Amino acid sequence: MMRPTRKHGSRRSRASLEDKLFKYSVMGIAALVLALLWSLVVKLVFDAQTSIETFGIDFLTSTIWDPNRDLYTALPFIFGTLMTSAVAIVIGVPISIGIAIYLSELAPAWIREPLSFLIELLAAVPSVIYGLWAIYTLRPVLTGSVEPFLMDALGWTPFFEGAAFGIDKLASGIILAVMIIPTVASVSKESMMAVPDSQREAALSLGATKYESTRMAVLSYARSGIFGATILGLGRAVGETMAVTMTIGNANIISWSLLDPGQTMASVIANNWGEADGLMLSSLIEIGVVLFIVALLINVCARLMVGRVMKAVPMTGGGL
Amino acid sequence: MRSYRSRRKWKNRIASLLALVCVLVALVPLVSILMEVVSRGAPAIDWAFLTERTKSSGAPDSGIGNAILGSLLLVMWASLIGLPFGILTGVYVSEYGDNWFGRTVRFFNDILANFPSVVIGLFAYSLIVTVIGFSLISGAFALAIIMIPIVANTTEDALRMVPNSLREASLALGVPRWRTVLKVIISNGRSGLVTGALLAIARVAGETAPLILTSFGNNFWETGLTEPVAALPLVIFRNAMSPYADLQEQAWGAALVLITMVLSLNVVVRLLTRKRMKLYKAVKKTWKERLSLNV
Repeated sequence: MMRPTRKHGSRRSRASLEDKLFKYSVMGIAALVLALLWSLVVKLVFDAQTSIETFGIDFLTSTIWDPNRDLYTALPFIFGTLMTSAVAIVIGVPISIGIAIYLSELAPAWIREPLSFLIELLAAVPSVIYGLWAIYTLRPVLTGSVEPFLMDALGWTPFFEGAAFGIDKLASGIILAVMIIPTVASVSKESMMAVPDSQREAALSLGATKYESTRMAVLSYARSGIFGATILGLGRAVGETMAVTMTIGNANIISWSLLDPGQTMASVIANNWGEADGLMLSSLIEIGVVLFIVALLINVCARLMVGRVMKAVPMTGGGL
Repeated sequence: MRSYRSRRKWKNRIASLLALVCVLVALVPLVSILMEVVSRGAPAIDWAFLTERTKSSGAPDSGIGNAILGSLLLVMWASLIGLPFGILTGVYVSEYGDNWFGRTVRFFNDILANFPSVVIGLFAYSLIVTVIGFSLISGAFALAIIMIPIVANTTEDALRMVPNSLREASLALGVPRWRTVLKVIISNGRSGLVTGALLAIARVAGETAPLILTSFGNNFWETGLTEPVAALPLVIFRNAMSPYADLQEQAWGAALVLITMVLSLNVVVRLLTRKRMKLYKAVKKTWKERLSLNV
């Protein structure tokens, strides 16, 4: 009578030991990934130490990048990143919102899924192929018609001075706009579809047209989601490397004109990597650390704003 | 009154049309890219192009065979490192992650999934390249880090879709929890795990920026873990801005090969998920039917 009970007890405790073992080893692996990444951040800061000590705060506020004098500062690249990302947001976000409205409110049911898939395929095209396409297909369009038109119409602003060359901040901004569309559109669509139907019905029953109900009920309800989607798109635009590297023209200067070449934080790293050593390498790593901090802030903001809808970001993808 | 109403109607029509125009505008680059890559890349492709190694401009029988091999090796090693870590992280978050630590892991996974890949390349550089130099393993490590959050998130979703009744049934039969997770839950979420892995592979196959920082590229047939290795995206990047027509053609040919791989993986994933979604809906429907019968 005693024996089976004892045996039973020991089997159970073995099972619970194995359970604990399994649980903690899986947890350990999850923890390991996190710990490894954060220790790598520390290692990066350590690698950037020479540059941090040499240039101090000037690194972020001074505009000189001169390998001959061994002077490296990051402001031109921070500026370039801001300019190209701004162009991307200005062009990409309205189009994305239009797409999201069409897919969540207007499209007939049978076409919604195939269209969403096509939009998500935009995220699947590898970034380096966007760059290739921009050099050979987008550039002639820009130099031939878009940039001369902009110079005529808006040449009096500081943003469109110079020559129509097609390898400049405008080209990068346009490519970035295309690349952020799938992200912004998918997340916006997701947050619009989360608007309860009773909101739409309330507006429609008061005699509102589809446009009015979308504007009053859907857009105002999904506002924070759309804003979060924009921030996510900004995060993508800031970190995007290859397409920008291939289209921005690689000039380490600050110029307000979108028709002048420039350089972003990501592109200066990709462009100078093979040749850099010593202080220059350390400075490039420090630029990487700055980019890391910016991307972290942007993504944390977006995550707090859109919550888990963030998962709607198409994970299809050919990479950056 | 009448004109006011018709103005509202027109506004409605114009707004709907604008939304449709937005969709079409976004599809223009996609269609244009596909057409350009096919029309410019197809002439470059023949047997020698796919099997010979890359040579300098003007050399006969230059190809991208070593880059295709390099890309396959990079993706293989990245999957060997990234998939187990990603899947187990997903298992933890889905099955044991209902606490502060699980939420923390999830939070950072979401953030890491959208992180600039060039920064991840820097991580791999500072950990591995500073020690052994530009190498296959450092590139694979960078790609693995990119894969982990993607795989973890898709695994978590797949396991959450496994009905709780299965968990309960298995535990009620006295199966320990760890065996329930391994035998019942993972095998039921299997197709979701496969799609996650395929998505992650499609994503890293086109990654370029981290490879510039880590595996660097190579003109020769190199397969050693500690040697620089060629990759398709690197061929495209290096040749795209070349002044030589034959190298440009090589870039387009490589782009065609790469985009075919990536897009077909994405289409396969889509077909798999659609089938699973249908299955999921079917299960839900019978469940509802059963419920209404009981009532």
